[in-house]
Amino acid sequence: MKFLRDTWLVFQRQMQLLLRNPVWVAVGIIQPLFYLLLFAPLMKQALSAGGPMTDEQAYRIFVPGMLVMVALFSAFSGFGIIAELRAGVIERNRVTPVSRVALLLGRSLRDVVQLLFQAVLVTLLAVPFGLRVAVGDALLAYLLIGLMTLLLSSTGYALGLTLRSEDAMAPMLNTVIQPIMLLAGIFLPLTFAPQWLKNVANVNPFKWATDGVRALFAGNPGDDAVWQALAILTPLTVLALFISSRTFAKSVR
Amino acid sequence: MIIETSGLRKSFRSRAGRETKTVEAVRGVDLSVAEGEIFGFLGPNGAGKTTTLRMLATLLEPDGGTAVIAGADLRKEPGEVRRRIGYVAQGGSTWDESTGREELVLHARMYGISKADAQRRATEALDTFELAEYADRRCKTYSGGQRRRVDIALGIIHSPKVVFLDEPTTGLDPQSRAHMWGEVRKLREMGMTVFLTTHYLDEADALCDRLAIMDHGQIVAEGTPADLKQEVLGDVVSVNAREVAKAADLFDNAEYVRKVETTEQSLRLYVEDGASAIPHVLRTLDAEGVSIEGIELHRPSLDDVFLAKTGRSLRES
Repeated sequence: MKFLRDTWLVFQRQMQLLLRNPVWVAVGIIQPLFYLLLFAPLMKQALSAGGPMTDEQAYRIFVPGMLVMVALFSAFSGFGIIAELRAGVIERNRVTPVSRVALLLGRSLRDVVQLLFQAVLVTLLAVPFGLRVAVGDALLAYLLIGLMTLLLSSTGYALGLTLRSEDAMAPMLNTVIQPIMLLAGIFLPLTFAPQWLKNVANVNPFKWATDGVRALFAGNPGDDAVWQALAILTPLTVLALFISSRTFAKSVR
Repeated sequence: MIIETSGLRKSFRSRAGRETKTVEAVRGVDLSVAEGEIFGFLGPNGAGKTTTLRMLATLLEPDGGTAVIAGADLRKEPGEVRRRIGYVAQGGSTWDESTGREELVLHARMYGISKADAQRRATEALDTFELAEYADRRCKTYSGGQRRRVDIALGIIHSPKVVFLDEPTTGLDPQSRAHMWGEVRKLREMGMTVFLTTHYLDEADALCDRLAIMDHGQIVAEGTPADLKQEVLGDVVSVNAREVAKAADLFDNAEYVRKVETTEQSLRLYVEDGASAIPHVLRTLDAEGVSIEGIELHRPSLDDVFLAKTGRSLRES
C-alpha cells in the first residue's frame, strides 16, 4: 500500500515536470518523421530486390524497427538522473522513508508513458503512408515496447547513479547501444544477414523483441516470436528493476 | 540526550590510478547532544564533519560504532530514524523547474503525510521562512538565500525532532548569512534540536550552544564556545611595539603570563584575566623604556582553541 502510494507520488511529480516542458513531444514527432520520409522509401526499394513489395508490407517491417529504436533510446534516462543527483534531489528523497523501489519505478513508469505516447504517434504517422495493423496486435506490441522501456530506462538510471557523470555516460551508452541496434535488425531484417551475423544477433535480447513486434505488426499474434520476446524480456526487466532499485537504496555519492 | 553516538567510524577506498588507498574519514566519534540545543561541528574541510552527518542522517552506512537518534537506533531501524530527523544538504536540494511550494508538498508527502496536511504545512513553512511571495515561482528564479531557505523548509516540513544542517551558510553573502542565523535560531524556538556543521569560526561562536571541534576524523575538543576558549587560554593581551623581541623577554618569568607569542609587530600575552593583567604589562614595559604603539585586550577566538588543540590555525587549513 505504502509502496503503491510512494510510486504514484514519484510518478506524478515526474509527469508534472514532463508536461511542463513539452519540447520532447516535438522531438518525438520530428525524429520518426525523418525516418518515415527519408529512409523508409529507400528501404522499400532495397527490400524489393528480393521480390516486389507493397507500401503496407514495407511499413509493417519498418515501423516496428523504429518503435524498438525509440525504446532503446530510453536508456538515455541516465542523463536525467545525473542532473537530479547533482541538484541534490535524489539525496533529499533518500533521507525520507519513501520506498527505494518507488523512487526508481515512479521514474521508469514516466518513461514508459512517454514512450508509449511516442509509439502511438509513430504508428499513426505511418498510417497515411500505408501501414495497416489490427488494434489488438498493436496493443500487444506496445506491451513489448513498454517492457523494453522499463528494462532500458531502469538500466539507464542504475548506470547514471553509478557513473555520476555525463562525460562517462555518453561514450558508454553509445558504445553499447550501437551494436545492440545494429544486431536487432532494426533497419533491415536480419533475414538478409550472413549466418555468423545471425548467430551473434541471437544473443541480443532486442533482436527477439524486434522479431516479436514485427510478427504482431504482420498480424501474426500466434507466431513463436511473440511469446519468445515476452519470455526473454520479462525476466530481464525484473532483474533490471531489482538491480537498479538497489542502486537507489545504496549510497549515492 | 537526543543524539548519542559511540565509536562511529567510516573509511573510504579511493582509487588513484591503479593504487587503492583507504582513507579513514571518521575515526571513532563519541558525541552526545542534548534536546533543544544548537550543536555545532567545527573543523576544516575534509575533517570528517559531513561524513559524520551523512551517517547520522542514514545516507551512509557506518563501518563501526553505534548511534541512537531521537530514541531510534541508527543501525537497526534507519527507517524510524528517517521519520524523526530532517536533513539539509550542503549543495542544495531543489529542482530548477519545480516551484518551492511543489517541492515542499511532495517532500512532506514522502513522509506519508496526507495531501491536505502537506499543503497546509507547505503554506505554513513558506510563511515562516518568508518565502510566500516566491512560493509559486520556479526554483531556478530564486536567489541563493531564498533557495537555501527552501532547503531548510524542506528539512523541517515533517516536524522532525532533530534537524541536521550541513554548512548552512556556505556560499551565502554576508546579509543572507546573518538572516540564516536567525532562521536556525527559529528552528530551536520551534522545539527542534539543531545539529550543524561549519568551518566558520564566527558562526560556531555566535550560533552554537555547544560545539565539537573536529580534525582528521576525530573530535579534539567539546564544550560551549565560552568554556572552550576559557579552558584553553584565558585572555589575550596583544601589544604593538617596535622592539618586540626585547619586550617579549620581559615577560618570560612573569607569573601572570601563561604563554608568550611574538609576531613581527606584536607581542601576544596569554593571561588568565586580561583586565587585571593590563596595568602590570604597562608598568613593566614603561619601567624598561619600551615604547608601545598600541595595546589591545581580546578574548581568545575559537581559532586560538583550534590552534592549541591541533597546532594549526583553522584559517590556514
